[in-house]
Amino acid sequence: MDICLALKVTDKDNVATIFANGVKDGMQVDVHDKKGSSELMTVIGDVPYGHKIAVREIKKGELIIKYGEEIGAATKDIAKGEYVHVHNLEALRGRGDL
Amino acid sequence: MSYTFQGYRRANGKVGSRNLVAVIPSVICANDVGQAICRQVQGTIGYFHHQGCCQLPIDLKRVTDTLSNLGQSPNVGAALLVSLGCEGTDANRLVEEISAAGKPVEIIRIQELGGTARAIQAGIDAAQRLVQEISGIQREETDVSEVVMAIKCGASDTTSGMASNCVIGYVADKLVDLGATVVFGETTEFLGGEHILARRAVGGENGPVGQKIYEIVERMESRAKAIGEDMRGGQPTPGNIAGGLSSIEEKSLGAIVKSGTRPIQGVLEYTERIDGQKGLWIKDAPGREPEILTGMAATGAQFMMFSTGRGAPQGFPSMPVIKICGNPNTYERMQHDMDLNAGRIITGEKTIEEVGEEAFQEMLKVLSGKMTKNEALGYFGSMDIFCLGPVI
Repeated sequence: MDICLALKVTDKDNVATIFANGVKDGMQVDVHDKKGSSELMTVIGDVPYGHKIAVREIKKGELIIKYGEEIGAATKDIAKGEYVHVHNLEALRGRGDL
Repeated sequence: MSYTFQGYRRANGKVGSRNLVAVIPSVICANDVGQAICRQVQGTIGYFHHQGCCQLPIDLKRVTDTLSNLGQSPNVGAALLVSLGCEGTDANRLVEEISAAGKPVEIIRIQELGGTARAIQAGIDAAQRLVQEISGIQREETDVSEVVMAIKCGASDTTSGMASNCVIGYVADKLVDLGATVVFGETTEFLGGEHILARRAVGGENGPVGQKIYEIVERMESRAKAIGEDMRGGQPTPGNIAGGLSSIEEKSLGAIVKSGTRPIQGVLEYTERIDGQKGLWIKDAPGREPEILTGMAATGAQFMMFSTGRGAPQGFPSMPVIKICGNPNTYERMQHDMDLNAGRIITGEKTIEEVGEEAFQEMLKVLSGKMTKNEALGYFGSMDIFCLGPVI
């Protein structure tokens, strides 16, 4: 099977988006950036189409960066290659509950 | 390179892409009569909103302003007002303002005419006259600089910010460079990206336009926070989250890509119109479809370019909506609703520029009369007006 692609938008980003169906825990993906460089990474967790993985280790409380901008903060430690979504990322805006 | 389209030139100089008789209920209570008229008379569309009575004065004015702007929009050739007779909106002002824009206008009043059946009869007669009166108007060649494009994204996923919004951004930049007008909104979806937009404002982040951008975002966020809840229950939507968008910030950063890269000239309030202003403008409107599509049509946009990832099928009664789909899987499943497949950018078959050019050419065709998929399917009935206060 071909290795699936993940896309990192800017150098600052600590997540990449996977555009492939059926990416499962332990599979390898090829993380590309816009400059054409790439890195093979092992995915931790099943990742649906269009969802994100960490491209480096992210500590609890650290900002999560996509498009070179913050999209939230990590609610737990996240390993390189691990699935990143609402279970370990929280929004910082529009929080009337805080 | 110059580009033209075939449009309907109105008495006030504006140019439309459609030539419709608008049936405009001044209040929700007149909707059923309006719907009966539209079912009978070809060439009519209706604005079946849910407002117009038992609201605070600021909202009643807002509803009257919005309905007036819709009636004056260039895609409308004539208007039939349907008044109940006891509503809070100002039906007489609607007649005056839409007439002043040079359009034939008639009004029927349900209570005065003696009830539903008589009002429907009178309304059908009036609508028939209006349709016959305007249906002979011919399209004429129009320079692309007279285009007013509205843009929006809905039912987004992570392909939106990487493909379909990029395509719309390409078209937006090209139109601005050609001297046309582009309007975007969805203030909720500036949250987390407002600093990027403010820096693009004419006069910079600290100028009046930049500051206004911060102000409208603050206003929107405060309204949501005032309820004391976490916005995440509603934004991003469950569909956005299933599509991989984890936070409002991520959704916003992808959403603002569709505005392209040109300077932002100013911020329009919900009830303000484009009257000759050129370049890129913001309209302060929420992201939900019925309210923002109404706001954009009322602004005077001749059409909308609408990006989606999950698959949003709806249009608007008087404004053609071109659907650009960023997700190749969704396009495959919903191609009868999607006008253009930007998913080919995700799969690497096409570049943003190539699909952007296709979208630009499709735009010229739609402006000249080609029906979009939602128009041909008649999927354009839902609309509403964005109000601020409670129903009282």
